[in-house]
Amino acid sequence: MPMKMKNTPLHDEHVSLKAVMAPFAGWDMPIHYGSILEEARHTRSSVSIFDVSHMGEFIVREKPEAPSLDHIVTAPVTRMKNKRCRYGFLLNQNGTIMDDLIAYRKADDEWMLVVNAATRERDFSFIKSQLSSSASIENISGGIVKIDVQGPGSPEVMRALAGDRIRDLAYYGFDFFDLLSGKFIISRTGYTGEPGYEIYIDAGIGVELWRSLMNNPAVRPAGLGARDILRLEMGYPLYGSELTENTTPIESGMERFLDMDKDFTGRDSLLVQQKRGAARRLIGFVSDGRRAPRHENRILADKREAGYVTSGVFSPHLNRGIGMGYIDADRSEEGREIRIDTGRGEITAQIVRVPFLKKGPIKMSEVV
Amino acid sequence: MDISVQEGYYYTNEHEWAKIEGGTARIGITDYAQQKLGDITYVEPPEIGKEVEQFEFLTGIESVKAASDIYAPLSGRITAFNDALEQSPELINKSPYEDGWIVEIELSDPKEVKNLMSVKAYKEYAGGLE
Repeated sequence: MPMKMKNTPLHDEHVSLKAVMAPFAGWDMPIHYGSILEEARHTRSSVSIFDVSHMGEFIVREKPEAPSLDHIVTAPVTRMKNKRCRYGFLLNQNGTIMDDLIAYRKADDEWMLVVNAATRERDFSFIKSQLSSSASIENISGGIVKIDVQGPGSPEVMRALAGDRIRDLAYYGFDFFDLLSGKFIISRTGYTGEPGYEIYIDAGIGVELWRSLMNNPAVRPAGLGARDILRLEMGYPLYGSELTENTTPIESGMERFLDMDKDFTGRDSLLVQQKRGAARRLIGFVSDGRRAPRHENRILADKREAGYVTSGVFSPHLNRGIGMGYIDADRSEEGREIRIDTGRGEITAQIVRVPFLKKGPIKMSEVV
Repeated sequence: MDISVQEGYYYTNEHEWAKIEGGTARIGITDYAQQKLGDITYVEPPEIGKEVEQFEFLTGIESVKAASDIYAPLSGRITAFNDALEQSPELINKSPYEDGWIVEIELSDPKEVKNLMSVKAYKEYAGGLE
């Protein structure tokens, strides 16, 4: 029996904007509001807002000295400063990925963990079962609206919303704001490669914030279709595609997000894999034309099956098909020509270093 | 979904159209099809001179969302491909019945047109799919 779709608190806004809605991880989500490609282009040239309220947020409270949370996630939760965010993973004992997440340190003894929609219930039970009895965890996902404001115009838009204090946010920093009729958490983070912000607020004022942002003439809504193109152009992995319970952060080239100096679940297995070398690697590749590889297409190298595609799209900024996938480590070198079997013919592609879209580091980008 | 149709064209239930002039037909996909596919990113240029059969595979088309097939509304020999689509496949989104035409076919059996839908029949058919 089909499960009933969940709606975000902004669902009616999307419907009135004539969004094309589709199921995503059990949620009825806006895929686009007219044109996926236009929304991707607008994000890179101006500013877009994305409703990503389907994602999960947990609040963990625990003593700052040697918290059990430190053993559960790969991010250095004890070493990070207050009002900073860090990307990391929840791993299984064998080092495979249960989820990727961002940890926000709200206070010495309080963290917010932001997790994926599809995994949020499972993540919550797992973390809860692993935390020490003196720690507490609360799933606040249902009461939170999350809106991402992304694009080169986002600093202006956010300054209009939150005032000059927004300029004090460093890349991967966040702060608390009293705006409209509620409390906001705003971080300078995102999933597009553009300057941008992620806003967390009480669900009750979600519509008020959405409309207030939409009133800015530069702002347009963008759906999950554009979000997927934008993240893929930057070579950012997506949980469920590049990152799964069959892959490890070493295979996916994400070692820099592992704090190997601390003890965490999965670390021992990763040390073994690191020493032995991963048998396969996550690569990015560019097709020789406009045809896009698709999820689960086979990758051929030296006329033999050598891997599979995890994500593929047409990149409107490169005017070519781009994709990511896993390939045998000994065939994963940059510059190698590969073939993608789409099931409707083959595409010639070349392995390249990600990001596909070469941009200055957003860390250094000018903020008004 | 508002669907536009073009008077005087013939239609298939796979949402292709044919505009017949003398012994030749210009072929494309309908407004309904382009709306369903979303942003078109690629149309495979078919081999000029190739013979195609009515309702059989004509060429491939890709959008941001999916890759799919276009079928020949009528049998004949492919005599032209709309080269503008190589750089600007979005012409199909912008102008599905005019600038976004895909191929021209020299018809081998013009009587096959009886197997196609009139504008009135197609309008009812496509309207009923929603």
